[in-house]
Amino acid sequence: MLMSYIFAGMVLLSIIFAVITGQGAALAAAVPQGAQAGITLAISMAGSICLWSGAGRLMEKAGFTDRLAKLLSPLLGRLFPGTKTDKALARDLSGNICANFLGLGNAATPMGIRATQRMIDPQQPTLATDQMCRLIVLNTASIQLIPSTVAALRASMGCPTPFDILPAVWVTSFCSAGLGLLAAYFFGRLAKHG
Amino acid sequence: MVDYLVPLLLFAACAAALHKKENAYDIMLGGAAEGLHLLRSILPALVLLLTAVSMLRQSGAVEAISRFLSPLFSFWGIPPETAILLLIRPISGSAALAVGADLMAEYGVDSTIGRTVAIMLGSTETTFYTISVYFAAAGIQKTRYCIPAALIADMTGFVLSALTARFLV
Repeated sequence: MLMSYIFAGMVLLSIIFAVITGQGAALAAAVPQGAQAGITLAISMAGSICLWSGAGRLMEKAGFTDRLAKLLSPLLGRLFPGTKTDKALARDLSGNICANFLGLGNAATPMGIRATQRMIDPQQPTLATDQMCRLIVLNTASIQLIPSTVAALRASMGCPTPFDILPAVWVTSFCSAGLGLLAAYFFGRLAKHG
Repeated sequence: MVDYLVPLLLFAACAAALHKKENAYDIMLGGAAEGLHLLRSILPALVLLLTAVSMLRQSGAVEAISRFLSPLFSFWGIPPETAILLLIRPISGSAALAVGADLMAEYGVDSTIGRTVAIMLGSTETTFYTISVYFAAAGIQKTRYCIPAALIADMTGFVLSALTARFLV
Protein backbone atom coordinates (compact mmCIF):
# COMPACT_ATOMS: atom_id res chain seq x y z
CA MET A 1 0.00 0.00 0.00
CA LEU A 2 2.78 2.41 0.97
CA MET A 3 4.36 2.21 -2.47
CA SER A 4 1.01 3.14 -4.09
CA TYR A 5 0.92 6.38 -2.12
CA ILE A 6 4.58 7.10 -2.90
CA PHE A 7 4.05 6.50 -6.62
CA ALA A 8 0.84 8.58 -6.74
CA GLY A 9 2.55 11.32 -4.73
CA MET A 10 5.54 11.41 -7.11
CA VAL A 11 3.27 11.71 -10.17
CA LEU A 12 1.07 14.39 -8.57
CA LEU A 13 4.12 16.38 -7.44
CA SER A 14 5.62 16.30 -10.94
CA ILE A 15 2.31 17.48 -12.49
CA ILE A 16 2.09 20.40 -10.03
CA PHE A 17 5.70 21.44 -10.68
CA ALA A 18 5.31 21.06 -14.46
CA VAL A 19 2.33 23.46 -14.34
CA ILE A 20 4.32 25.98 -12.27
CA THR A 21 7.47 25.81 -14.42
CA GLY A 22 5.57 25.39 -17.73
CA GLN A 23 7.37 22.11 -18.51
CA GLY A 24 4.29 20.21 -19.72
CA ALA A 25 5.89 18.94 -22.92
CA ALA A 26 9.00 17.71 -21.07
CA LEU A 27 6.78 16.00 -18.49
CA ALA A 28 4.86 14.12 -21.17
CA ALA A 29 8.10 13.10 -22.89
CA ALA A 30 9.48 11.85 -19.57
CA VAL A 31 6.81 9.14 -19.26
CA PRO A 32 7.92 6.80 -22.08
CA GLN A 33 11.57 7.79 -21.65
CA GLY A 34 11.52 6.85 -17.98
CA ALA A 35 9.82 3.54 -18.64
CA GLN A 36 12.39 2.66 -21.29
CA ALA A 37 15.18 3.77 -18.96
CA GLY A 38 13.90 1.20 -16.45
CA ILE A 39 14.30 -1.63 -18.98
CA THR A 40 17.66 -0.32 -20.20
CA LEU A 41 18.94 -0.12 -16.62
CA ALA A 42 17.73 -3.63 -15.74
CA ILE A 43 19.31 -5.14 -18.85
CA SER A 44 22.60 -3.31 -18.52
CA MET A 45 22.84 -4.46 -14.89
CA ALA A 46 21.85 -8.05 -15.72
CA GLY A 47 25.36 -9.40 -16.34
CA SER A 48 26.81 -8.16 -13.05
CA ILE A 49 23.78 -9.23 -11.03
CA CYS A 50 23.88 -12.78 -12.42
CA LEU A 51 27.63 -13.08 -11.99
CA TRP A 52 27.61 -11.87 -8.36
CA SER A 53 24.65 -13.98 -7.50
CA GLY A 54 26.66 -16.95 -8.77
CA ALA A 55 29.83 -15.84 -6.99
CA GLY A 56 27.96 -15.30 -3.72
CA ARG A 57 26.51 -18.79 -3.94
CA LEU A 58 29.98 -20.20 -4.59
CA MET A 59 31.54 -18.32 -1.64
CA GLU A 60 28.85 -19.76 0.60
CA LYS A 61 29.39 -23.34 -0.64
CA ALA A 62 33.18 -22.92 -0.53
CA GLY A 63 32.93 -22.43 3.25
CA PHE A 64 33.57 -18.67 3.33
CA THR A 65 30.48 -18.09 5.49
CA ASP A 66 31.52 -20.70 8.06
CA ARG A 67 35.07 -19.35 8.29
CA LEU A 68 33.76 -15.81 8.64
CA ALA A 69 31.35 -16.92 11.36
CA LYS A 70 34.23 -18.43 13.34
CA LEU A 71 36.20 -15.20 12.94
CA LEU A 72 33.29 -13.11 14.17
CA SER A 73 32.17 -15.28 17.07
CA PRO A 74 34.07 -13.39 19.85
CA LEU A 75 32.55 -10.09 18.69
CA LEU A 76 29.07 -11.59 18.36
CA GLY A 77 29.33 -13.04 21.88
CA ARG A 78 29.84 -9.53 23.24
CA LEU A 79 27.08 -7.87 21.21
CA PHE A 80 24.60 -10.71 21.70
CA PRO A 81 25.09 -12.40 25.09
CA GLY A 82 22.19 -14.75 24.29
CA THR A 83 24.40 -16.59 21.76
CA LYS A 84 26.48 -18.07 24.62
CA THR A 85 23.62 -20.21 25.89
CA ASP A 86 21.53 -20.60 22.71
CA LYS A 87 23.46 -22.42 19.98
CA ALA A 88 20.64 -22.12 17.40
CA LEU A 89 20.53 -18.35 17.95
CA ALA A 90 24.31 -18.17 17.49
CA ARG A 91 24.03 -20.07 14.20
CA ASP A 92 21.21 -17.94 12.78
CA LEU A 93 22.82 -14.69 13.90
CA SER A 94 26.25 -15.35 12.44
CA GLY A 95 24.58 -16.81 9.33
CA ASN A 96 22.57 -13.62 8.89
CA ILE A 97 25.57 -11.34 9.30
CA CYS A 98 27.87 -13.42 7.10
CA ALA A 99 25.27 -13.74 4.32
CA ASN A 100 24.73 -9.99 4.39
CA PHE A 101 28.50 -9.48 4.28
CA LEU A 102 28.74 -11.59 1.12
CA GLY A 103 25.74 -9.80 -0.42
CA LEU A 104 23.35 -12.76 -0.20
CA GLY A 105 20.29 -10.76 0.86
CA ASN A 106 17.84 -13.56 0.05
CA ALA A 107 19.68 -16.00 2.30
CA ALA A 108 20.19 -13.45 5.09
CA THR A 109 16.58 -12.43 5.72
CA PRO A 110 15.10 -15.81 6.84
CA MET A 111 18.03 -16.32 9.26
CA GLY A 112 17.62 -12.79 10.61
CA ILE A 113 13.91 -13.40 11.18
CA ARG A 114 14.61 -16.69 13.00
CA ALA A 115 17.23 -14.96 15.16
CA THR A 116 14.76 -12.17 16.01
CA GLN A 117 12.14 -14.73 17.00
CA ARG A 118 14.61 -16.46 19.32
CA MET A 119 15.43 -13.15 21.04
CA ILE A 120 11.82 -12.59 22.16
CA ASP A 121 11.53 -11.96 25.89
CA PRO A 122 8.92 -14.46 27.17
CA GLN A 123 7.80 -11.99 29.86
CA GLN A 124 7.05 -9.26 27.30
CA PRO A 125 6.68 -10.93 23.89
CA THR A 126 5.68 -7.76 21.99
CA LEU A 127 8.60 -5.63 23.26
CA ALA A 128 11.79 -5.15 21.23
CA THR A 129 14.80 -6.32 23.27
CA ASP A 130 18.22 -4.65 23.34
CA GLN A 131 19.66 -7.55 21.31
CA MET A 132 16.99 -7.11 18.62
CA CYS A 133 17.76 -3.41 18.27
CA ARG A 134 21.46 -4.22 17.87
CA LEU A 135 20.67 -6.82 15.18
CA ILE A 136 18.51 -4.31 13.29
CA VAL A 137 21.26 -1.66 13.45
CA LEU A 138 23.83 -4.17 12.14
CA ASN A 139 21.48 -5.18 9.31
CA THR A 140 20.52 -1.66 8.27
CA ALA A 141 24.14 -0.43 8.29
CA SER A 142 24.67 -2.82 5.34
CA ILE A 143 28.23 -4.02 5.94
CA GLN A 144 29.21 -5.69 2.65
CA LEU A 145 32.41 -7.05 1.18
CA ILE A 146 31.31 -6.41 -2.42
CA PRO A 147 28.38 -3.99 -2.85
CA SER A 148 27.54 -5.74 -6.12
CA THR A 149 24.24 -4.00 -7.01
CA VAL A 150 25.88 -0.57 -6.83
CA ALA A 151 28.89 -1.83 -8.77
CA ALA A 152 26.47 -3.18 -11.41
CA LEU A 153 24.72 0.19 -11.56
CA ARG A 154 28.01 2.05 -11.97
CA ALA A 155 29.24 -0.36 -14.66
CA SER A 156 25.93 0.00 -16.53
CA MET A 157 26.45 3.78 -16.52
CA GLY A 158 29.80 3.34 -18.28
CA CYS A 159 32.07 3.72 -15.27
CA PRO A 160 35.47 2.14 -16.11
CA THR A 161 36.31 1.40 -12.45
CA PRO A 162 33.02 0.37 -10.79
CA PHE A 163 34.77 -1.15 -7.75
CA ASP A 164 36.95 1.81 -6.78
CA ILE A 165 34.31 2.93 -4.25
CA LEU A 166 34.91 -0.21 -2.14
CA PRO A 167 37.20 1.33 0.53
CA ALA A 168 34.83 4.29 0.90
CA VAL A 169 31.82 1.95 1.27
CA TRP A 170 33.64 -0.18 3.86
CA VAL A 171 34.71 2.81 5.97
CA THR A 172 31.26 4.37 5.75
CA SER A 173 29.25 1.28 6.66
CA PHE A 174 31.62 0.29 9.51
CA CYS A 175 31.40 3.77 11.01
CA SER A 176 27.63 3.95 10.66
CA ALA A 177 27.24 0.51 12.26
CA GLY A 178 29.56 1.60 15.08
CA LEU A 179 27.73 4.84 15.73
CA GLY A 180 24.34 3.12 15.46
CA LEU A 181 25.40 0.51 18.03
CA LEU A 182 26.76 3.24 20.30
CA ALA A 183 23.45 5.11 20.03
CA ALA A 184 21.56 1.88 20.76
CA TYR A 185 23.76 1.31 23.83
CA PHE A 186 23.07 4.78 25.23
CA PHE A 187 19.34 4.63 24.44
CA GLY A 188 19.21 1.25 26.17
CA ARG A 189 20.92 2.58 29.31
CA LEU A 190 18.73 5.68 29.30
CA ALA A 191 15.61 3.50 29.14
CA LYS A 192 16.82 1.38 32.06
CA HIS A 193 17.70 4.25 34.39
CA GLY A 194 15.29 6.96 33.27
CA MET B 1 45.27 -3.21 -4.84
CA VAL B 2 41.48 -2.88 -5.14
CA ASP B 3 41.82 -3.73 -8.84
CA TYR B 4 42.96 -7.25 -7.99
CA LEU B 5 40.53 -7.82 -5.13
CA VAL B 6 37.53 -8.81 -7.26
CA PRO B 7 39.33 -11.15 -9.70
CA LEU B 8 41.26 -12.74 -6.82
CA LEU B 9 38.07 -13.20 -4.83
CA LEU B 10 36.50 -15.02 -7.78
CA PHE B 11 39.51 -17.31 -8.05
CA ALA B 12 39.73 -17.89 -4.28
CA ALA B 13 36.08 -18.93 -4.16
CA CYS B 14 36.64 -21.38 -7.05
CA ALA B 15 39.79 -22.78 -5.48
CA ALA B 16 38.20 -23.19 -2.05
CA ALA B 17 35.16 -24.92 -3.54
CA LEU B 18 37.35 -27.26 -5.63
CA HIS B 19 39.41 -28.03 -2.52
CA LYS B 20 36.17 -29.15 -0.83
CA LYS B 21 35.44 -31.29 -3.93
CA GLU B 22 32.44 -29.11 -4.80
CA ASN B 23 31.43 -28.57 -8.42
CA ALA B 24 32.30 -24.87 -8.53
CA TYR B 25 31.04 -24.21 -12.04
CA ASP B 26 27.63 -25.83 -11.46
CA ILE B 27 27.17 -23.90 -8.21
CA MET B 28 27.89 -20.65 -10.02
CA LEU B 29 25.48 -21.57 -12.81
CA GLY B 30 22.74 -22.15 -10.25
CA GLY B 31 23.53 -18.84 -8.55
CA ALA B 32 23.57 -16.96 -11.85
CA ALA B 33 20.14 -18.40 -12.69
CA GLU B 34 18.94 -17.11 -9.31
CA GLY B 35 20.31 -13.71 -10.29
CA LEU B 36 18.09 -13.80 -13.35
CA HIS B 37 15.06 -14.44 -11.12
CA LEU B 38 16.10 -11.54 -8.90
CA LEU B 39 16.38 -9.33 -11.94
CA ARG B 40 12.95 -10.38 -13.18
CA SER B 41 11.44 -9.55 -9.80
CA ILE B 42 12.90 -6.02 -9.64
CA LEU B 43 12.42 -5.15 -13.35
CA PRO B 44 8.73 -4.09 -13.17
CA ALA B 45 9.48 -1.90 -10.15
CA LEU B 46 12.41 -0.28 -11.98
CA VAL B 47 10.17 0.55 -14.97
CA LEU B 48 7.44 2.15 -12.82
CA LEU B 49 9.82 4.00 -10.53
CA LEU B 50 12.12 5.32 -13.26
CA THR B 51 9.00 6.64 -15.00
CA ALA B 52 8.00 8.51 -11.82
CA VAL B 53 11.55 9.70 -11.14
CA SER B 54 12.11 11.02 -14.66
CA MET B 55 8.73 12.82 -14.46
CA LEU B 56 9.88 14.43 -11.20
CA ARG B 57 13.19 15.39 -12.82
CA GLN B 58 11.69 16.87 -16.03
CA SER B 59 8.95 18.79 -14.21
CA GLY B 60 11.59 20.65 -12.21
CA ALA B 61 10.37 19.14 -8.91
CA VAL B 62 13.72 17.48 -8.12
CA GLU B 63 15.55 20.75 -8.54
CA ALA B 64 13.01 22.64 -6.41
CA ILE B 65 13.19 20.09 -3.58
CA SER B 66 17.00 20.13 -3.68
CA ARG B 67 17.05 23.91 -3.57
CA PHE B 68 14.54 23.98 -0.71
CA LEU B 69 16.55 21.50 1.38
CA SER B 70 19.97 22.80 0.37
CA PRO B 71 20.75 24.86 3.54
CA LEU B 72 20.13 21.79 5.70
CA PHE B 73 22.25 19.55 3.48
CA SER B 74 25.12 22.00 3.06
CA PHE B 75 25.40 22.21 6.84
CA TRP B 76 26.19 18.48 6.96
CA GLY B 77 28.43 18.63 3.87
CA ILE B 78 26.01 16.53 1.79
CA PRO B 79 25.42 17.60 -1.86
CA PRO B 80 21.82 18.94 -1.93
CA GLU B 81 21.28 17.21 -5.29
CA THR B 82 21.10 13.90 -3.40
CA ALA B 83 18.12 15.08 -1.29
CA ILE B 84 15.60 12.81 -3.06
CA LEU B 85 17.84 9.79 -2.52
CA LEU B 86 18.05 10.43 1.24
CA LEU B 87 14.28 10.73 1.47
CA ILE B 88 13.54 7.50 -0.42
CA ARG B 89 16.48 5.28 0.65
CA PRO B 90 15.09 4.08 4.02
CA ILE B 91 11.70 3.21 2.45
CA SER B 92 12.27 1.45 -0.89
CA GLY B 93 15.33 -0.25 -2.34
CA SER B 94 14.22 -0.22 -5.98
CA ALA B 95 13.10 3.42 -5.77
CA ALA B 96 16.52 4.29 -4.35
CA LEU B 97 18.15 2.44 -7.25
CA ALA B 98 15.97 4.37 -9.73
CA VAL B 99 16.83 7.71 -8.10
CA GLY B 100 20.51 6.73 -7.98
CA ALA B 101 20.51 5.86 -11.70
CA ASP B 102 18.79 9.18 -12.49
CA LEU B 103 21.36 11.15 -10.47
CA MET B 104 24.31 9.32 -12.06
CA ALA B 105 22.90 9.98 -15.54
CA GLU B 106 22.31 13.65 -14.73
CA TYR B 107 25.64 14.51 -13.06
CA GLY B 108 27.99 11.81 -14.37
CA VAL B 109 28.84 8.50 -12.77
CA ASP B 110 32.36 9.62 -11.80
CA SER B 111 31.47 13.12 -10.60
CA THR B 112 31.58 13.87 -6.88
CA ILE B 113 27.78 13.63 -6.80
CA GLY B 114 27.82 10.34 -8.76
CA ARG B 115 30.35 8.80 -6.38
CA THR B 116 28.53 10.10 -3.30
CA VAL B 117 25.33 8.48 -4.61
CA ALA B 118 27.13 5.16 -5.20
CA ILE B 119 28.67 5.13 -1.70
CA MET B 120 25.30 6.04 -0.15
CA LEU B 121 23.58 3.18 -1.99
CA GLY B 122 26.33 0.74 -1.02
CA SER B 123 26.57 1.60 2.65
CA THR B 124 22.93 2.06 3.70
CA GLU B 125 19.86 -0.16 3.66
CA THR B 126 16.09 0.11 3.35
CA THR B 127 15.84 0.70 7.09
CA PHE B 128 12.05 0.95 7.52
CA TYR B 129 11.46 -2.05 5.29
CA THR B 130 13.97 -4.19 7.23
CA ILE B 131 12.51 -3.16 10.59
CA SER B 132 8.96 -3.91 9.48
CA VAL B 133 9.87 -7.33 8.04
CA TYR B 134 11.82 -8.49 11.11
CA PHE B 135 9.45 -7.11 13.74
CA ALA B 136 6.28 -8.20 11.95
CA ALA B 137 7.63 -11.76 11.69
CA ALA B 138 8.51 -11.80 15.40
CA GLY B 139 5.26 -10.12 16.53
CA ILE B 140 7.02 -7.10 18.05
CA GLN B 141 4.77 -4.06 18.56
CA LYS B 142 6.79 -1.81 20.86
CA THR B 143 9.97 -0.98 18.93
CA ARG B 144 11.49 1.16 21.75
CA TYR B 145 14.64 2.97 20.52
CA CYS B 146 15.23 0.77 17.48
CA ILE B 147 14.11 3.27 14.82
CA PRO B 148 16.07 6.27 16.19
CA ALA B 149 19.21 4.13 16.56
CA ALA B 150 18.89 2.78 13.00
CA LEU B 151 18.26 6.28 11.66
CA ILE B 152 21.36 7.60 13.44
CA ALA B 153 23.31 4.87 11.64
CA ASP B 154 21.72 5.95 8.32
CA MET B 155 22.49 9.63 8.92
CA THR B 156 26.11 8.72 9.72
CA GLY B 157 26.21 6.74 6.49
CA PHE B 158 24.93 9.67 4.41
CA VAL B 159 27.29 12.24 5.95
CA LEU B 160 30.31 9.92 5.66
CA SER B 161 29.42 9.01 2.04
CA ALA B 162 29.74 12.65 1.08
CA LEU B 163 33.04 12.87 2.96
CA THR B 164 34.61 9.64 1.67
CA ALA B 165 33.51 10.42 -1.89
CA ARG B 166 35.79 13.43 -1.74
CA PHE B 167 38.77 11.97 0.12
CA LEU B 168 38.80 8.20 -0.27
CA VAL B 169 38.16 7.52 -3.95
